Amino acid sequence: MNNGTWRRIREIVRKEFRQALRDPRMRALMVGPPLIQLVIFGFAVNMDVERARIGWSDGDRTPASRELRAAFEGSRRFEVVAAPESEAETQAVLDRGEAQAVIRVLPGVAREIERGETAAVQVLLDGTDSNTAGIVAGYASQVIGRFAAQAGGGGSAQPGLEARSRVWFNADLRSRNYFVPGVVVNIISLVTLMLTAMAIVREKEIGTMEQLMVTPIRPMELMVGKLLPFGVVGMVDMALVTSLALLVFRVPLRGSLLLLVASSALYMLTSLGTGLFLSTISNTQQQALMSSFMFFMPAFMLSGFAFPIRNMPLPVQWLSYLDPIRYFMEIVRGIFLKGTGMEVLWPQMAAMAVFGAAIMGGSALRFHKRLD
Amino acid sequence: MKAVEVDNLTKRFGQFVAVDQVSLSVEQGEIFGFLGPNGAGKSTTIRILCGLLSPTSGRATVNGFDVAAQSEQVKQNIGYMSQKFSLYDDLAVEENIEFFGGIYGVPAAEREERKRYVMRMAGLEDKGGMPTRLLPGGWKQRLALGCAVLHRPPILFLDEPTSGVDPIARREFWDLIYQFSEAGQTVFVTTHYMEEAEYCHRLALMYRGKVIALGTPQELKRQAGLPSMEQVFVEMIEREEAGA
Repeated sequence: MNNGTWRRIREIVRKEFRQALRDPRMRALMVGPPLIQLVIFGFAVNMDVERARIGWSDGDRTPASRELRAAFEGSRRFEVVAAPESEAETQAVLDRGEAQAVIRVLPGVAREIERGETAAVQVLLDGTDSNTAGIVAGYASQVIGRFAAQAGGGGSAQPGLEARSRVWFNADLRSRNYFVPGVVVNIISLVTLMLTAMAIVREKEIGTMEQLMVTPIRPMELMVGKLLPFGVVGMVDMALVTSLALLVFRVPLRGSLLLLVASSALYMLTSLGTGLFLSTISNTQQQALMSSFMFFMPAFMLSGFAFPIRNMPLPVQWLSYLDPIRYFMEIVRGIFLKGTGMEVLWPQMAAMAVFGAAIMGGSALRFHKRLD
Repeated sequence: MKAVEVDNLTKRFGQFVAVDQVSLSVEQGEIFGFLGPNGAGKSTTIRILCGLLSPTSGRATVNGFDVAAQSEQVKQNIGYMSQKFSLYDDLAVEENIEFFGGIYGVPAAEREERKRYVMRMAGLEDKGGMPTRLLPGGWKQRLALGCAVLHRPPILFLDEPTSGVDPIARREFWDLIYQFSEAGQTVFVTTHYMEEAEYCHRLALMYRGKVIALGTPQELKRQAGLPSMEQVFVEMIEREEAGA
């Protein structure tokens, strides 16, 4: 590393910043995606069920059945929006989506309870949204279980076994807490991958790459000079998203901020390296954009950002080990929500280091100063 | 030492032979022209000489350095300007000059003086802050040339430097080429304008990858027994076609 090396790298970095900050399209690409993703995943995508809309079909019409209804309404989790009388009406309520579930109390339930027999209450769920249906079913069994315990509790000699769940790391089960840290991951990936690929390919398109190749600059200097600015942009975006996550969305940051920054830097080896690789296989900006998406979409799906990896078929789970985003996702969620440190996250860190070294090294070998 | 020495140089792209056993040499300070129709292999030859493409076979040296094995040394010794006048359109005139000056390693003490020289040469003394994309073709071309000579390279490669520029700007551009030549710099230039061919000290006529004639404009005209370069050009190509 001599003086010339640093000077040339500095020249490239300065030029890259000038261009990126001057071009409105690039500027938009730097700030737009982080803000849009934050708004979407912070505000719009909400998988929580705060108040379920239910239909109440009471075939029993006894004080006991009315008490059960009061228990549902009193739980603050349910709002009775319809009272279907017949089978056909029940069907219609669910068809139209007026209610997410219909609770049917069949005739004779009160009598069965009085006799000490096991009585059944039917919960009909709209399963088109399986996630919501699962949550509503869970709430309903809680209410029914509590009601049953009170009704039969007095005389019954049966020893009861009750599950008392306590949720760790995200006590209120807010889906925002799950998604927003993931946005940090997506933003860094998208920004570094795409901006890098585009910036290099643009020089090929306008012919300045050829001009640079006939100068004494070394391929390694050109590469470092090209990647550093986008690494900085990635870091700024990460800081932006993290600040908004903490201040606006009140997502907890339980782990070390330093570790978050360090792991982001480590991860950027991979994402910048991939951007560099894509630029070596693309000749136009459209190709660069398309290949970025072709890499990013599957990697995003398999990263566990929205779809839990444990629910995937086994071969797909194995495949996800090849997805560098997966590891960074686990690290970021671990740091934000669980407050875990290196002692737990080192395998993921090691995986990212391996990916980063491989992709960066491979791209560096492909990135030379010849046209053929 | 010759400025450029080419010996049996061949470049193939798959089955296509772009440059076919070309041999020639260029003296220091000479203005050497490469004349030929589009697709004759002129640009490919220049790119090999600049170290941008590797030769399939044969040998070439630039200022004594082998273009295949010592391409980094070659790059210290040349200035290159492609047909596209490759500058950064979104940077200001001054920013382009500063950038290339930095990349070429112009010493800090000289940088300001070289910058002023290029701006004067390009006729852009008072337009340093202007975005390069707003410059008319002739100015852009001279700025590109200026950026290619910031580091005072002994050899200049100009690939169709005057394409798409008006006749007056072209004439002015050739005045600059003469200045470089008088200062001892070697200029290797490709063109398909016949009147420009007359300005060269020596010419190589290239057709389908081969050099089919080589000499001073006077020699070539005398050999063919024709009064103008245009006629010589057409005659030589027809002869080559008939022979092939």
